[in-house]
Amino acid sequence: MTALLSTKDVHLAYGKKEALHGIDLDFADHSITALIGPSGCGKSTFLRCLNRMNDLIPHTTITGSFQFHEQDIYAPTTNLVELRKQIGMVFQQPNPFPFSVYENVTYGLKLAGHNDRKFLDEQVERALKQAAIWDEVKDNLNKNAMSFSGGQQQRICIARLLAVQPDIILLDEPTSALDPISSAQIETTLMALKNEYCIIIVTHNLQQASRIADRTAFMLNGNLIEYDLTSKMFTKPVMQDTSDYLNGKFG
Amino acid sequence: MNNIFSTELKKLYSVFTQMGDAVSKQIEQATESYINHDKVAAQNLVQQDNSINGNEVDLEKQALTLMTLQQPVADDFRNVITILKASSDLERIGDHATGIALETIRVKGSHRNKEIETNIASLTNMIRDMLKVALTAFQDIDLKQAQAVANQDQDVDAKFDEIRNNITDAIRKDPAVAEAGASYLMVTKLLERIGDRIVNLAEEMVYNQTGEIVELNQGRLHPND
Repeated sequence: MTALLSTKDVHLAYGKKEALHGIDLDFADHSITALIGPSGCGKSTFLRCLNRMNDLIPHTTITGSFQFHEQDIYAPTTNLVELRKQIGMVFQQPNPFPFSVYENVTYGLKLAGHNDRKFLDEQVERALKQAAIWDEVKDNLNKNAMSFSGGQQQRICIARLLAVQPDIILLDEPTSALDPISSAQIETTLMALKNEYCIIIVTHNLQQASRIADRTAFMLNGNLIEYDLTSKMFTKPVMQDTSDYLNGKFG
Repeated sequence: MNNIFSTELKKLYSVFTQMGDAVSKQIEQATESYINHDKVAAQNLVQQDNSINGNEVDLEKQALTLMTLQQPVADDFRNVITILKASSDLERIGDHATGIALETIRVKGSHRNKEIETNIASLTNMIRDMLKVALTAFQDIDLKQAQAVANQDQDVDAKFDEIRNNITDAIRKDPAVAEAGASYLMVTKLLERIGDRIVNLAEEMVYNQTGEIVELNQGRLHPND
């Protein structure tokens, strides 16, 4: 596997309490990787390291290597705005800005200095189409994004992220607040997006991981227990802990 | 802890074990009745087969419900699949045993051949041993024994060839044996098919433990092999 993003020996401590004990994980382009594990295992913490979302939490120490496009994500020279443009994140609760759909999707582009109306129109259509929400909002682009359903809001958030053309999409339990139909729509969207992006998803829904992820990483108590092709992991995992977790015997 | 699944799986295994015992007994009685020309015992056996078929249907229903409701993966999934496939093999072995019993009832003609019947009895013993070892290997999760059982099937195939030649020779010498000969051939073929099903059980054991789908049946590449 050629890694687009490669992490080695990642440790993270909140004050003196270490939450990640040395994680090595490589992520391939054009694929979906699922991070699974019981609550508190460190999967979201790890995901948030990948675009430096933990920087704002006081007394947090992060060590280890994070190689992305041959640059170290944690190098002092890293431009955070640029980094988060390349590695974007979608959260558990849909969090559109309280503006119109159009303004949501163009927000990042305007911030980057794009003001040409024609260009913005094109990008809005492209991003909303990629996020599989275009048909549902194209006649209401000026409507407040908050007025749409949860599943639609989540796809608008994905479109907002796609507008700035990232390389990697991080998703932190993106469907746990959604009903099964909206979840299925997000899953279908992600399956289509993986042809162009590297997608890393934290999920508590094991069936979701088995349905959409090419690879799955199982974490437990801040350690990476097993990382393999999803088809292998769900049929013949190497570690007994993995099998027990997948079958709901703990966690 | 997912106790519901573990409890249900134990129940499945216990029904499967009972089914294994019943099928073992069925083969024993079917072959004995054939060798002893005991039409009454054979008739009883034919009637019993329905209950084994019923067991298999129940097991299948339970396994499918377990898969749908508990959605097992990894080793739990392999356990359910193994029982599902193995019970269908057991059921088919039971059908073949019934076939032998039916042959016992059907066979006519007083022209029997002692040598062929002795050889069929010896093939019968081979098959009984194989099934016993296979079912024990299933219970003890013993892959070595599973492989050993699969290897024994080659001996079964060789014995099948030998008996087939016996039958041809006997009919050639005395055409009056033809009627019994057809029956001998039928029973020998059924026993040989039971051997193949027992190899399936061994293969399912390997899948259960390793997740690998293997072909342990050496088979034949040429009709004269």
